[in-house]
Amino acid sequence: MTSASTNDIEFRSVVKRYGSVTAVSDINFAVPRGAFMALLGPSGCGKTTCLRMIGGFEQPSEGTVYINGEAMNGVAAYRRPVNMVFQHYALFPHLDVEQNVSYGLRQMLPRIASPEISRRAQEALEMVRLGGFGKRGIHEMSGGQQQRVALARAIVNKPKVLLLDEPLAALDKKLRTAMQIELQTLQRELGITFVLVTHDQEEALSMSDFVCVMNAGRIVQVGPPQEIYDRPASLFVADFVGKTNRITATVDTGGASILFANGARFAAPAATTPSTGAAMVALRPEAISLKRNGAAGTAALSGTVTHRIFLGSSVEYSVDVDGLGDFLVTADRRALGDSDLVEPGDKVGLAFDPNALHVFPA
Amino acid sequence: MPAATNTKRNLVTAALVAPAAAWLMIFLVLPFIAMLVFAFGERAPEGGYQAAFTFAQFARLPTRAAAFWNTLVLAPVGALLCLLVAYPVAYYLAVKADPRYRLILVSLVVVPFWTSLLVRTYAWMYILGSRGIPNLLSMVGFEDVRLLNTPGAVLLGIVYGYLPLMIMPIYVSLEKLDRRLLEASADLGARPVSTFFGVTLPLSLPGVMTGVALVTILLLGEYLIPQLLGGGKVFFIGNALVDLFLQSRNWPFGSAIAVTLVAVVVVILMVAMRIAFKVAGTRQVDLV
Repeated sequence: MTSASTNDIEFRSVVKRYGSVTAVSDINFAVPRGAFMALLGPSGCGKTTCLRMIGGFEQPSEGTVYINGEAMNGVAAYRRPVNMVFQHYALFPHLDVEQNVSYGLRQMLPRIASPEISRRAQEALEMVRLGGFGKRGIHEMSGGQQQRVALARAIVNKPKVLLLDEPLAALDKKLRTAMQIELQTLQRELGITFVLVTHDQEEALSMSDFVCVMNAGRIVQVGPPQEIYDRPASLFVADFVGKTNRITATVDTGGASILFANGARFAAPAATTPSTGAAMVALRPEAISLKRNGAAGTAALSGTVTHRIFLGSSVEYSVDVDGLGDFLVTADRRALGDSDLVEPGDKVGLAFDPNALHVFPA
Repeated sequence: MPAATNTKRNLVTAALVAPAAAWLMIFLVLPFIAMLVFAFGERAPEGGYQAAFTFAQFARLPTRAAAFWNTLVLAPVGALLCLLVAYPVAYYLAVKADPRYRLILVSLVVVPFWTSLLVRTYAWMYILGSRGIPNLLSMVGFEDVRLLNTPGAVLLGIVYGYLPLMIMPIYVSLEKLDRRLLEASADLGARPVSTFFGVTLPLSLPGVMTGVALVTILLLGEYLIPQLLGGGKVFFIGNALVDLFLQSRNWPFGSAIAVTLVAVVVVILMVAMRIAFKVAGTRQVDLV
């Protein structure tokens, strides 16, 4: 018997090498049953390799992948209780929509009676709102519809874990947002574990319960989306997840204050700050508010607006800060009246709460 | 103005198509019409053609039944044998072979084509002839084994000679097969054998169909292999035609046989295509 486990997926000291190249090294993480987990990172960070090791398309060079508490070393892909939504979907071009969806059912042993197969395939198609499309050919479906077929095909076998490899990358923005909501809904309805691979931080943050940020074959931070965004564990995470301003600085007075390269000094944030020495400071664009020069207030930094990018609900400013270079500042339009809009060329002050500074050793 | 562009476009089209059209007209359509005319004529006393309108030539077709039988059986059987041998080779080359050596291995398949088929078939004559394999067999006690001049020898020659023509189209269709489809199949629980019959084979059918059609059509006109390895005992229509046109100079009868062969082949191909498309499903068409 298998040991009971509350984790559907677990990586223990997993290493994967291709010849002399190490794709992932010393990966440890666990996905609790029923969770939605995102593996996030730039291309080549090893996230897809991790997903493929769960799917059984790659075997770890060292360490063990557990699915539902069972070690998967040497277990072939077709024996694993997981299904995958492939990047670009990998639908079978010689089969119609229903045959694609029922493909997995037809592999089951003992054989399932064919009325039962079509009933379940139909059920899966209805879950992804493609009820009437069973007899269509794959090439007659749009990109978004193909995405749903791939999804239906992957859930029809009722896997313990659903793996999604950049499932929304090929869709346009509007469809992508709609699918993000649909995937979340589907995950709640099915109650199964989802593991999503993406390089799109917005996708990872918006859908998942946990984000596992990877870089250069290693995990750099695991946590709920909000924690990843608000308390990045490293400059890499701060940079990769959301936009950020990087400031060269020095920590002094025994870790109590931060000296920016342009001479401005701030109290070190309450959160952990490295002790004395060179540091890099990250500051989110939305943590900064712009003050017109001359307006009352104690702006810590000053500069000149160089660009204004109107984004609808918000406005992005590029500000050349005296002695520090380009800063990105995002202002919510609701927070400022139309008269507050500053123009390129305006002299402005930049105000922020020093606790919004994230300080990392340089 | 649009009329002028249209004229120009038509001229360009004509210029592109004309050489091939003229070639086919002069060397295919006209000769075929000549054959049709000949087929209803009579043999001139000194040989050749003499104008007439008679079905006498077609009435004599049964005298060449053996040639028709050999051709119409051995050509498809040869093509199918070719397929059975070629598919695993093509599969290995396209799927299993190390990509670094793939090009070398593929060229090894093609290299025999650089030598004349005549020379290679002659080599088989010696291998199968009394001084070849039968000689070796007699040393271990199997006397009087006859290999040459049998249908088996002809089939062997056919498979040997046409193998590359079968391997290449299958190799091409397997090579462009998306590997992720095989992973998707495995992911959905299909064992390797099910994946082969459920995904690999159906998706390589265009290549299989091309190969079988190509080899069958070429085999229907085959002359050399039955001549050398069949020794006049297993002869094809090609051999009958050579005899009639070049030896007995009976052009009308030769024409009648040729016309009949073309008609039979057209019918067989139409039926075969219909069945093949039904099996593969019409959606296969856009994959070719």
